[in-house]
Amino acid sequence: MIRINSNITFKMTGFRKLLMLFSGIFFVLVFYRFAVGLSITNLSDAWPWGLWTVIDVKLGIALAAGGFTTAGIYYVLGIKKIESVVKPAILTAWLGYCMVALGLLVDLGRWYGFWHPIVSWGHHSVMFELYMCVLLYTIVLTAEFAPIFFDGIGFKRTAKFFVGLTGFLVIAGIVLSTMHQSSLGSMYVLMAGRLDQLWWTMALPILYFSSAVAVGPAVVTCESALSGKTYNHEWDNEAMPFLAKWSGYVLSFYFVVRIIDLIVRGQLGRLFTTFDAQTFMCLLELIIGSVLPLFFFWSYNMSGKFMDKKMAVRNAIFIILGVVLNRTNVVITGMWKSAGTGYFPSTQEILITVGLTSFGILVYLFISENFGVFTPHGAEDEDVSVRSGVGASGVPTT
Amino acid sequence: MSKAVLVDVTKCYGCGACTVACKLWNGKEYDDAKKPTVGEKAQLTDINWTVVSKHKVTDASGKTVWRFAKKQCLHCEEPACASSCLVGALRKTEEGPVVYYPDLCVGCRYCMIACPFGIPKYEWDKSFPEVSKCQMCSSRLAKNEAPACVSVCPNGVMKFGDSEQILKEARATIASDKRYIKHIYGEKEAGGTAWMYISDQPFEKLGFKTAVKNQSLPEYTWKIINKIPAALVVWGGILTGVYMITNRRNAVKSSKNNENKGGKS
Repeated sequence: MIRINSNITFKMTGFRKLLMLFSGIFFVLVFYRFAVGLSITNLSDAWPWGLWTVIDVKLGIALAAGGFTTAGIYYVLGIKKIESVVKPAILTAWLGYCMVALGLLVDLGRWYGFWHPIVSWGHHSVMFELYMCVLLYTIVLTAEFAPIFFDGIGFKRTAKFFVGLTGFLVIAGIVLSTMHQSSLGSMYVLMAGRLDQLWWTMALPILYFSSAVAVGPAVVTCESALSGKTYNHEWDNEAMPFLAKWSGYVLSFYFVVRIIDLIVRGQLGRLFTTFDAQTFMCLLELIIGSVLPLFFFWSYNMSGKFMDKKMAVRNAIFIILGVVLNRTNVVITGMWKSAGTGYFPSTQEILITVGLTSFGILVYLFISENFGVFTPHGAEDEDVSVRSGVGASGVPTT
Repeated sequence: MSKAVLVDVTKCYGCGACTVACKLWNGKEYDDAKKPTVGEKAQLTDINWTVVSKHKVTDASGKTVWRFAKKQCLHCEEPACASSCLVGALRKTEEGPVVYYPDLCVGCRYCMIACPFGIPKYEWDKSFPEVSKCQMCSSRLAKNEAPACVSVCPNGVMKFGDSEQILKEARATIASDKRYIKHIYGEKEAGGTAWMYISDQPFEKLGFKTAVKNQSLPEYTWKIINKIPAALVVWGGILTGVYMITNRRNAVKSSKNNENKGGKS
């Protein structure tokens, strides 16, 4: 146990010590990398983008989509039964984006110029749009998270001020997320002729956005199951089945667009007639990420069975794996043939990614243990919690 | 007026003078052991802005012949690299060259992925690397001089001139001689490039990327990007509308609840 003062503490376990070790390695390696450049990676002229782009940027952003989706469901659509997940989801998203920003900085060759896009606009570039949206959305998330923070340290008035901004922040957050989640896909539209036809399509922005909207709540589901174990809070039997349904419907839309797109461009047949690394990985992605979760979802849905914890978590894991496979396939598998040579990340690349993730988990644990992120559902007055948004309900108000 | 260069592969015998001129003019180091500029292993790298690659080709009659292909950035009419750059560190100039401004570059390397020809290279062993590629001697072109490599070629392999004139010549040459393949590489590739090639052997056997699309690549993304402002307004409007309806509903509900509570007490 580390005690900072009477309120702020951090429990130590073996697992947490391991995370600290990886975080330590991360910071040492990052300083080394900032000094010597990218020669510690296995990146090359044939593979300018690798592991960091897949995990630290593409997956980081996709998996942090839980923030804007749950905020949208709760505040804009007014579905109050998912209340218990909104705050943890916003915390995860905020941390996720901070990690993405840090990961991106590590990946930039001339990292000290990270602010250049603010003054020198490349407005024809999808990357510029992505940069601006991620920057603005990180600010929005910080403001959305601010009430929890200020409440935690006892600045009630400041917390209230941010609560007043909730409506604006949530809508701005959704608009910005829509733009940059789809941009991550649009980015690869420019690789026409280079990216394998199994993945290259003008529908990439739609596919990326819809899969993000499906995977966001799935991440929230897994997070809730894990944190429930750690902090002994109950599985929310109202919120979780709703999120499972939400992901199920959105994923159905995604899958239909994906398959129609493959048919229209004459690629579906190739999946079953040729066998190579590309078709294998594509089939794996489709089966794990779409066919299996959709099969379970629709068989439960049609028979009217109640979606219990086991089913919801299992489906969420499939959907997450599907997105992991999809993003990896676009960045690595789909570019393999045009690159001409192979790529496997170096030990340092892997350690930096593992370290960054470990550091993120540690900060998450620290914040959720010391600031009122998890509130037992149904424990408080509905009206108060709605008006006060993500904020004041963090500490017992009654 | 936009300038262009026509490379006649049949005339090149691989002396490599152009690669020397390039290194001298641009102050690039030599590394013949690891990064040769001429021969079968020659490849564009951070220090090799142009190379002459040697290819053993079996021609239509079954004879084995050697061919040499001078490679460098093709300087697209609508460069994917420039459109991909988030800070505008790559720009197409009026005379034709696509020029790099290292002071703006943040090193995201999107241009390297975006280029359909795989031209931009990176200084992987430097602390603060730059993207590295042929600039078509833009300062020479501004003075209406040919690029360094073109000006030193002893065999007149390359012709420098106004792009329309160059294209006309290319067409005339391949029409007048049966040995030429009826294809001008660079005329339509990626929407047209400032460097064009004619050859008597198929381009894919000379190490050229032939899967490159014939359309301008930035057009694809532009089709998506130009819809963003409208989408932003509409989407934001819809969300605000729904949000207001939800809020109104909540307000009505809570006032009803209050009335009920009031009635009971």
